[in-house]
Amino acid sequence: MRLPIFFKSLLVGVPIGVTFFDTVGYVARVDGVSMQPSLNPDTVNQDYVFLNRWAVRFYQVSRGEIISLTSPKDPGQMIIKRLVGIEGDVIQTLGYKKEYVKVPQGHCWVEGDHTGHTLDSNSFGPIALGLVTAKASCIVWPPSRWQRLKSELPSSRIPVNLKRKFFEEK
Amino acid sequence: MIPFKTISTKLFVVVGCVIKYGCIAHCTFEFIGNFTVCIGPSMEPTIQSKNVILTENITPRLRRIRKGDIVIARSPSNPREKICKRVIALPGDRVSWGLFYSDVVPRGYVWLEGDNKNNSTDSRNYGPVPQGLILGRAVCKVWPFQEIGLFANKVIDDPR
Repeated sequence: MRLPIFFKSLLVGVPIGVTFFDTVGYVARVDGVSMQPSLNPDTVNQDYVFLNRWAVRFYQVSRGEIISLTSPKDPGQMIIKRLVGIEGDVIQTLGYKKEYVKVPQGHCWVEGDHTGHTLDSNSFGPIALGLVTAKASCIVWPPSRWQRLKSELPSSRIPVNLKRKFFEEK
Repeated sequence: MIPFKTISTKLFVVVGCVIKYGCIAHCTFEFIGNFTVCIGPSMEPTIQSKNVILTENITPRLRRIRKGDIVIARSPSNPREKICKRVIALPGDRVSWGLFYSDVVPRGYVWLEGDNKNNSTDSRNYGPVPQGLILGRAVCKVWPFQEIGLFANKVIDDPR
């Protein structure tokens, strides 16, 4: 009589857990150097980040946020990058085939913080927003690195259309 | 008068049941299969507008999509919308459209086209679609009842 009860609770418990991770968020390890210095500042300790699924449920993302997305080149791989431009923005690219790119409708432009050591929109172009899976909201491990991830964009990477507006206001 | 304790216990049980079955439903629709209402003319005559189809989500997760499958994907131009198209070409295949355009589908992408070539917004407009956007594969039509049946994997092999 013990075994059926165990299986019954498993049958109910697994879907509840999976649904929680799928809608609220989960913790994932960051691999690679592409987001240095924000994530994985040294190669010894790897950061674990909380990926907030709830925040992107309507695909509302803003510039400067760190997001995780399915790689367009390999659907089995997840990549973590910083969102530089949303649809309609004009981006000055770093080594893409065109110097200026207007981000098309429903797309975004993502880049790693570690310029030159990252595979990002500068190599595969604008990314469909449907590939965005979560927003990285904080580092949870190791404890010494515990912090919220700030939404920030270096002034050199602000989209061209915003820069112009910024100067006009001044 | 009903004691407060009984009401709160009953409420607790009801809420627990709703959460339990809600989660099971979410997992079923997300990971196993789902019913979808197709709206629009792009897949005529295979799927008429307002037909209900059954989709399964296991094949795309295992990345076993084949040429000729009908798939449901997130629209590349609007992530809140879904599109229903047929897979015409897989990575490495050469596709051509219009009169002069020809391209090789890059790794990780697929080429999707509607069966109704004259009235379909598809890869001919927005280019190859990343495989990560594919949500499910259409298995069979369930509504209207007269047309119930599995979809044929129509391998399009025209030497364009």
